[in-house]
Amino acid sequence: MAGARDRRLEAWAPWIVSAAILVVWQFVCWALDVSEFIFPTPVQIVQSLVQHAGAIAGHAWKTLWTTMAGFAIGVAVGVLLGVIVGSSRFVYNALYPLLVAFNSVPKSAFVPILVVWFGIGTLPAILTAFLICFFPIVVNVATGLATLEPELEDVLRALGATRYDVLTKVGLPRSLPYFFASLKVAITLAFVGTVVSETVASNDGIGYLMMAAASSMRMSLVFAGLFVIGAMAMVMYVFFAVLESRMTGWAHRGQAAAG
Amino acid sequence: MTAAATAANAASPPFVDFRHVWLAYEEQDSFAVEDITLSIAAGEFVAIVGPSGCGKSTFMKLATGLKPPTRGEIDVGGARVTRTLKIAGMAFQAPTLLPWRTTLDNVLLPLEIVEPYRSTFKRDRDRYAARAKALLATVGLEGYEDKFPWQLSGGMQQRASICRALVHQPKMLLLDEPFGALDAFTREELWCVLRDLWAAQRFTVVLVTHDLREAVFLADTVYVMSKRPGRILGRRAIDLPRPRDLEVTYTDHFTDLVHEMRERIGMVRKGG
Repeated sequence: MAGARDRRLEAWAPWIVSAAILVVWQFVCWALDVSEFIFPTPVQIVQSLVQHAGAIAGHAWKTLWTTMAGFAIGVAVGVLLGVIVGSSRFVYNALYPLLVAFNSVPKSAFVPILVVWFGIGTLPAILTAFLICFFPIVVNVATGLATLEPELEDVLRALGATRYDVLTKVGLPRSLPYFFASLKVAITLAFVGTVVSETVASNDGIGYLMMAAASSMRMSLVFAGLFVIGAMAMVMYVFFAVLESRMTGWAHRGQAAAG
Repeated sequence: MTAAATAANAASPPFVDFRHVWLAYEEQDSFAVEDITLSIAAGEFVAIVGPSGCGKSTFMKLATGLKPPTRGEIDVGGARVTRTLKIAGMAFQAPTLLPWRTTLDNVLLPLEIVEPYRSTFKRDRDRYAARAKALLATVGLEGYEDKFPWQLSGGMQQRASICRALVHQPKMLLLDEPFGALDAFTREELWCVLRDLWAAQRFTVVLVTHDLREAVFLADTVYVMSKRPGRILGRRAIDLPRPRDLEVTYTDHFTDLVHEMRERIGMVRKGG
């Protein structure tokens, strides 16, 4: 019985902690009499959220679909590159150092270049989201393919299997858990990419909204923007986490057997 | 049986024929196996024993064409081996079942790949599934068809793995220490499973093992390999009558045979 109660508590824990943080935040701002222009209280943020609900919803929608577009390209390119890198040791050795070097460059550094090439607006944001999110997908898909047991490959090749057979029958299904795990990381990174680009080079989206609000010292609106991004990223993360457990239950059999 | 196999060996051309085969892996300048000459009759059960790292597994790669020999010639089924054969079934120490497929689907995997089953797989799936189920039943896995590999014990997984190696009715079965990871009781049980499968279907078996009792109990002929670089040191026909029961492993003759092999391997160690 104690076990069941512990589990219920565990399910509620994130909500309880979040609520506690908001309460402490509210109390500290009120006790120290912090100005709204410096650090707004949660109540002020919610007020501003409600007051500007229409405008925020429009910008949020823009940010969401920009992110999803960049993410979609990231998934397509990531899977393709991952399959190529993972199925050949030569390509792996040739491309991997390059990919690591590319990934170490801060993606915000690309935004000015993208603006020169494509102008201000949606396209640089989509591309930034794509650039920042495809790397974990490549690495995970490649790892899933490259760690195939050599015995299994021998079994299949002794049956006359082609490389394509090995890839579709074993390699890809086997790398699915790695792939879905990387989607959770990639979607949150894609939001980062979109917002970074929007703050610098866009006329809409949550990033732009925050930038504009900050320049007119409307800090509660800036924080409202932060909340909205956090919420959207959370929802998408949960969506892909659920999708992962649906698609690759066999790889998480410990939990499946228990539940 | 052994006499019959030996007679067949003399009369008809051998099914597997190694003539002075050497193999060096690219990255090393020494040979993994040296000057291997042996022939295996169709339907013969051959065991290869030797200390670990003696090139037993290399022998399997050569026999299936997964590795071309550096020197020498290999014929299988009357034809020179120039590329990967498609008539072999393989099983290893690790069952290597696919965790996202049920036991039945794991066993059906070869039929999705190898011709002539591949082209008719979708149409004849039910017939093939019935065949796979029958095969699973003969190894005692009836009722486990829809279980996933992780729901089976190690011994059951290995049974399924052997079924997968046999479902396409290969002419040759290659086993690389298939029972090495199992406990002693399960291992002896699976010896009998393999013995019965072989007795019923009479495919050619090459069993690589370091368990001398296993080799003597199952095989018609046992080859002893030296440690790296692997050479064939001796060939011993096992004259135990068939069908063999596990009781035979407690007879003096069986013990003598095992002892004889053990001494040869002992000499290998000292010689190396």
